Amino acid sequence: MLKTINETLQETKARIEAGGAEKYHEKLKAQNKLFARKRLELLFDDGSYKVEDGKFANNQADGLPADGVVTAIGKVNGQTVCVMANDSTVKAGSWGARTVEKIIRIQETAMRLKVPMFYLVDSAGARITDQIEMFPNRRGAGKIFYNQVKMSGMVPQVCVLFGPSAAGGAYIPAFCDTVIMVDQNASMYLGSPRMAEKVIGEKVTLEEMGGARMHCSVSGCGDVLAHNEEEAIESARTYLSYFPSNYKHKPEKVEAVIPKEGRNLSEIVPENQNVPFDMYEFIDGLVDEGSFYEMKKLFAPEMVTGFARIDGKVVGIVANQPKVKGGVLFVDSADKAAKFITLCDAFSIPLLFLADVPGFMIGTKVESAGIIRHGAKLIAAMSDVTVPKISVVVRKAYGAGLYAMAGPAFEPDCCIALPTAQIAVMGPEAAVNAVYSNKINEIEDPKERMKYVQEKHQEYKEHIDIYKLASEMIVDEIVSADDLRKELIDRYSMYETKEMTFSERKHPVYPV
Amino acid sequence: MKEIKASMAGTVLNVLVAEGENVSAGQAVLTLESMKMEIPIETTEEGEVGTVNVNVGDFVNEGDILVVMK
Repeated sequence: MLKTINETLQETKARIEAGGAEKYHEKLKAQNKLFARKRLELLFDDGSYKVEDGKFANNQADGLPADGVVTAIGKVNGQTVCVMANDSTVKAGSWGARTVEKIIRIQETAMRLKVPMFYLVDSAGARITDQIEMFPNRRGAGKIFYNQVKMSGMVPQVCVLFGPSAAGGAYIPAFCDTVIMVDQNASMYLGSPRMAEKVIGEKVTLEEMGGARMHCSVSGCGDVLAHNEEEAIESARTYLSYFPSNYKHKPEKVEAVIPKEGRNLSEIVPENQNVPFDMYEFIDGLVDEGSFYEMKKLFAPEMVTGFARIDGKVVGIVANQPKVKGGVLFVDSADKAAKFITLCDAFSIPLLFLADVPGFMIGTKVESAGIIRHGAKLIAAMSDVTVPKISVVVRKAYGAGLYAMAGPAFEPDCCIALPTAQIAVMGPEAAVNAVYSNKINEIEDPKERMKYVQEKHQEYKEHIDIYKLASEMIVDEIVSADDLRKELIDRYSMYETKEMTFSERKHPVYPV
Repeated sequence: MKEIKASMAGTVLNVLVAEGENVSAGQAVLTLESMKMEIPIETTEEGEVGTVNVNVGDFVNEGDILVVMK
């Protein structure tokens, strides 16, 4: 019996939607991976994607259903999003000419619709056999990256990395706002371990060289490390809930929740400037319970960056963590905060700086790593934001640390001090030592010397007393830590109409 | 065997554990002083302290091995 035209269509669709050969599906299972279409179902609301284009791409070829990539449009928390998802059951998710064209087209769709773009990556890279058709031409793979740069700051771009992203493919996550990586399976590298051994003689495992954990804690290429695929996709959905669809809109307000129960904020911050405390506990007491979504938790943990809601409204928090490395700013912490600030500003997310910072790290190691230019990068990013920007001096803000944390000269909408705040070029010990070291050394009697040093400390502390600084209008307000949440709710609400252009010029010459 | 390394350059302010002592994950094993701040150095895993390589007052560089666990 002849098949009807509808039966032919249904059968062809079913064959394509089944992806690659059964043995590759078995392999996925063995790796604790999900099929690309299953990932899409988990990502979209109610497990359904509304629109798919290019399903029939390369359908006449043998074993290349959809040419190894699914491109679809659907809803995430009610927001329309465009998605590309590599299918690693089809030639290991590698890119042929039509794969690349499909990715470019879904990007173009996201740009036209001004909606977020998700990249669900699991790909071995280019199909070398197809290189002339997919690599060097005007609509070759380069165009994917060109588009990503063009889309950056226009619509949110999120990468969830499930498997490898190799060589050129590794730039897809690199150009995204945020990369969520699945532990043990995700990897990012320019040259595989096999290539590294051949070309430079290095023997190394994939996990060590380009694994998810390394990227989330050492290189800084990853933002969130997930235990498994379900968790990674859920995390991506949560992440998007802090974002508007594009740069023209503001994030959505949700119902307010009171902060997690715990100690009063004023009990958390020790008066002694040198003693550590946990900034996470402070943040918990400030934000709506359960609303904190941390970015780069494992990377440069002396600086905390993350999204949260205060009274239901989204804010981006940049906070020093005195518990780790004293909250001192390093090359990586500056880099981490700079990117986060840029991300918030691009999508109208107001910023909150919580400062307790002894300054930038000193010493040979960091100087040779270029701490000055990395610090400059942070200060530049923080300076030119136009979203509401509130600077809170929680405890100390010494030296360029004050500048990096949106101090008074950097036009925050306000600079609020807690009663524990201490603002100075440097702390009392360092300052007294710098100014009086000759005199201190001249005093021979140890008791007399100690007495002299203590007197000078006291003098210095009086000199930088926070009420004196408030009297000079260096800070705009002093509030108790216990009243800080209310103060922030009121201020962000008053600052909602803020509208400014930082400069008419094309763009700054970024100190990167 | 796990090595606990200095998270940053500084001076050893105090040593909080002795060789042979059992420690739990997240416990501070010593404190560094750097940039006028007290920097707790914590172990990420529970176990028994093998050797303590530093004394109070020693200067250590970032990455130096401070304590080796058994």
